[in-house]
Amino acid sequence: MAIAPPANSTRGVSIEFQNIEKRYGVRLALRGVSLRIDAGECVALVGANGSGKTTLIKIAALLVRPTSGRVSFWGSGSAHPLDDPLDVKRRIGMVAHHILLYDDLTAEENLELFAKLYGLDRPRERAVAALEPAGLISRRADPVRDFSRGMRQRLAIARALLPSPGLLLLDEPATGLDPAGQHWLGETLARIHQAGCTILMSTHGASEVHSIVTRAVRLAAGCLAEDSAPSGDPQRMLAAALAAEQGT
Amino acid sequence: MAFARPTAVLLGKELQTEFRTRELLTTTVVFVLMVLVLFSFTFDPTSVESRRFAPGLLWLTLLFAGSLMLHPSFTREQTNDTLAALRLAPIDPTAILGAKILANGCFLLVAEALLLPIFAALYNLHVWQVLGRFCVVLFLGTLALATIGTVFSAISSQARMREMLLPLLLLPVLTPALIASTEATAGLFDETPYLSPQWVGLLVAFDAIFLTVTWLFGEYLLEE
Repeated sequence: MAIAPPANSTRGVSIEFQNIEKRYGVRLALRGVSLRIDAGECVALVGANGSGKTTLIKIAALLVRPTSGRVSFWGSGSAHPLDDPLDVKRRIGMVAHHILLYDDLTAEENLELFAKLYGLDRPRERAVAALEPAGLISRRADPVRDFSRGMRQRLAIARALLPSPGLLLLDEPATGLDPAGQHWLGETLARIHQAGCTILMSTHGASEVHSIVTRAVRLAAGCLAEDSAPSGDPQRMLAAALAAEQGT
Repeated sequence: MAFARPTAVLLGKELQTEFRTRELLTTTVVFVLMVLVLFSFTFDPTSVESRRFAPGLLWLTLLFAGSLMLHPSFTREQTNDTLAALRLAPIDPTAILGAKILANGCFLLVAEALLLPIFAALYNLHVWQVLGRFCVVLFLGTLALATIGTVFSAISSQARMREMLLPLLLLPVLTPALIASTEATAGLFDETPYLSPQWVGLLVAFDAIFLTVTWLFGEYLLEE
């Protein structure tokens, strides 16, 4: 695994999947997916349920090992490639299907815990600073179990952004967010994308986040079926995905 | 650094969560208390009989209580897939297991400390005379139970029939530690109390082997 250190670099390749295959028992979730994402890109993964989007994101997050194939991080354009999965994890933020937070801890305790695990300085201050833009500062002392679905999702996003990631992985990040929450998410992602963060997200339907997408990739039955890179028109593919979602 | 610091952070989280909810500790203490009280009424033991069967009864009760307590150790990480959040963090994966083993060991030791006076009173045992040596046996036996129990809790949490799987895996593997703990405890409650170096040695070896195996292969236990 080759890794380059600068978290917010906008040069070179952020992540490269080479002929990735993932098998769960007899079922093939991914069939030879090869995809190269340059630093600074915002890539939307679209496709029907079961097409392999979540598996690909989990492989990118080092949560799942591919059955075959290779993933490299910040592999080219790097002067100081590293070879340590912990260094990769330090540069990755992820929002998953589940919120990845403890119900019995408060919002502040959750973020402080993860700030400590990421080895961040002044973890409590970092936690409070992350709650502020998410609009949760007034609920900082409340246990997560008392939060609404939208608030939980905002907190999950705040947790993913805590280590200032160079690569942000989002699995349907707008799930559970009301229009105001989606607007906040769109603005937040636009800001960090502008700062040089590479984004890979799976998405369904219309969302505020689509405006920042620079490239769309469609998966079908575990294969890479379409890539907007040659045409340079990701919005067409997103519109088609939305149409397919609505059954029109 | 990649192990000690996150282990301490995660141990703090485990203790904070438990002392807020008190789910595991309350369940374990109530279970052990019920079993000890029920058996003491069933047998109405004399001092001689107690010395004979109380050690085995104590360790069997702790084993069953342990399997009850250790089961939620990893299944409650499934609620919001928090185990994935821990695996995403830049920490040595064995730190996750290490913190769980320490936390479960602490909970078991607290439960044992609460129940020890009741056990001594119900079974007419002079625990105080051998308290120091008894604590050594309790610590080594509890460490074995916490280590193996935590590892199998991680394995069984991803399986179907997980509630039944943990005791089924736990009992055969823990048998040597259970025998050693029982025999060492029996020696302490003998008319002339002694601490058997053979049984204590077996417990030390058991703990060392399984802690090393957990250290070496723990990372793979947590994978999806």
